[in-house]
Amino acid sequence: MAGLKEKYKVYAPKRFPNGSVRYGEIDSLSEIVVDEKSHFSPKEVYLPIAQTIFYFKDSRCEESRPEDERDILIFARACDINAIERLDTIFLKNGGTEDAYYKRLREKVRFVLIECAGSFDGCFCVSMGTNETGNYMGILRDGKIDTQSEPVFVRENKKAVKIPDIDESIVKDVFGLEYWRGFDEECAGCGRCTAVCPTCSCFDTIDVIYNETSLDGERRRVWGSCMREDFAAMAGGHNVRKRAGDRMRFKVMHKIYDFKKRFGVSHMCVGCGRCGARCPRDIVFSDIVNTLADEAQKLKAKGGAAL
Amino acid sequence: MKNVLMPAPHRILSVVHETSAEYTFRVECSDTVEHGQFYVLSIPKIGEAPISVSSRGEGYLEFTIRKVGRLTEGIFGLGAGDTIFMRGPYGNAFPVEDFKGRDLVVIAGGTGLAAVRSMLQHFYANPGEIKSLTLIAGFRNKDSVLFREDLERFKERFKTIYCLDDTEAEGFKKGLVTEYIRDVPFSAFSDYNVVIVGPPEMISFSAKECLMRGADEGRIWVSLERKMSCSVGKCGHCKIGGVYVCLEGPVFNYAEAKNLID
Repeated sequence: MAGLKEKYKVYAPKRFPNGSVRYGEIDSLSEIVVDEKSHFSPKEVYLPIAQTIFYFKDSRCEESRPEDERDILIFARACDINAIERLDTIFLKNGGTEDAYYKRLREKVRFVLIECAGSFDGCFCVSMGTNETGNYMGILRDGKIDTQSEPVFVRENKKAVKIPDIDESIVKDVFGLEYWRGFDEECAGCGRCTAVCPTCSCFDTIDVIYNETSLDGERRRVWGSCMREDFAAMAGGHNVRKRAGDRMRFKVMHKIYDFKKRFGVSHMCVGCGRCGARCPRDIVFSDIVNTLADEAQKLKAKGGAAL
Repeated sequence: MKNVLMPAPHRILSVVHETSAEYTFRVECSDTVEHGQFYVLSIPKIGEAPISVSSRGEGYLEFTIRKVGRLTEGIFGLGAGDTIFMRGPYGNAFPVEDFKGRDLVVIAGGTGLAAVRSMLQHFYANPGEIKSLTLIAGFRNKDSVLFREDLERFKERFKTIYCLDDTEAEGFKKGLVTEYIRDVPFSAFSDYNVVIVGPPEMISFSAKECLMRGADEGRIWVSLERKMSCSVGKCGHCKIGGVYVCLEGPVFNYAEAKNLID
């Protein structure tokens, strides 16, 4: 471990004093919690909750520098390792530009695979095709890093999810479903689901001044959440998604329809099920997806009948 | 590696008070900018926001800013000689080449006029490039009228209808822009385009009114305003379905825009 820490900052799911299982730096492999699903994803390692992007000194604007020269080693499960490719798509590909802050951490990241002995409650990685990965340099086995053996992946979850068959012919009707209105009351708009999600990438930018009399300050990137009421609110009062149901629709459609439509390869969900586990109102994302699959099928059948 | 979020300092050349809540800042800048594009303006330690270019000229750009938030309040404290930070230009532009030689109808609500002002100034200076130009511009009241000198000059070369929401005044009719779309002779045009800019509801009602008056949706262009935190396709705020307003917009053909559901 000492040799490892010379070369890497080592992160793994560990238990924090408040009882939550979250990613943090470890000093010993024995700290790693393997028999439980971590409450938070590893994304906070390469997409920090808050990150200084510029320092303002007098009238100058300086790019922040990475704090540590070492590479980053993360102990993670297949779903979370697959999730980083979704973040790559947004931060390194979308719009034809690379985000300097994501890239400088991302380039350092190496994974050690944590195998899943069985499927945890709420997992649906098999349905999302994210139960396997080849992106790791070793496997965590018997408290050691094994670089020789073949990994064992989960082949079945208790929960199965049917991806809705949505296309141009019914997408407007899916947006118009009365079903979404149920979330106006049900969803608290707290943003817990997006905070624990390994693929949620949205952020806000805030400027801070160190104190009232200081000439210096900084610009920070902080996690944003499309579930919060102010996510689409513009200065001047216009807000295109005032209702919680509209925001739920925005999130769900991004996760299982428009991300894949835009980028072609995979959905913006890896089936970790953390969003459902952390929701204070017990809204289960996988149930929403299954409901949509049924509704989409009905809409398709109706369209067929009308023809 | 280029940091696309790094803003550059620019000198403010002059400030024009359009209304008590809207100022136009002329900023030293020699970028090539197309009509309809925007910049992210910022004041370090306060914040940044996307603002459309309201005019362009030799060595300068203009931005007309409405005082509605913390950043814009900060910008209102700046004057000639002060420094503002900028990055851009971002977004697509109005298809001005397609507008040439055809009839053009521009419908603008409030500060939305800023996004089409540079294009209107271009056609005012080059009237031969366009068959006809009809400008319908609406404001809340007499005190919120922007670009007064431009509006006056535009009367010489464009067919103009200016209106105020609930009062009548010299040179201004009473009512919303949607009430004057009926005066546009769409059936007399052989080939035309319509540009609509303004608040979301105004765009939606104006587009529907144009369609009712016989306009073809493929000839309608809108410029959408959405919240943005990066303007380079990363932050997610301006996304509508699979479309990023900062990347594919802000200008959309209405045939596409009508299917964008927030």
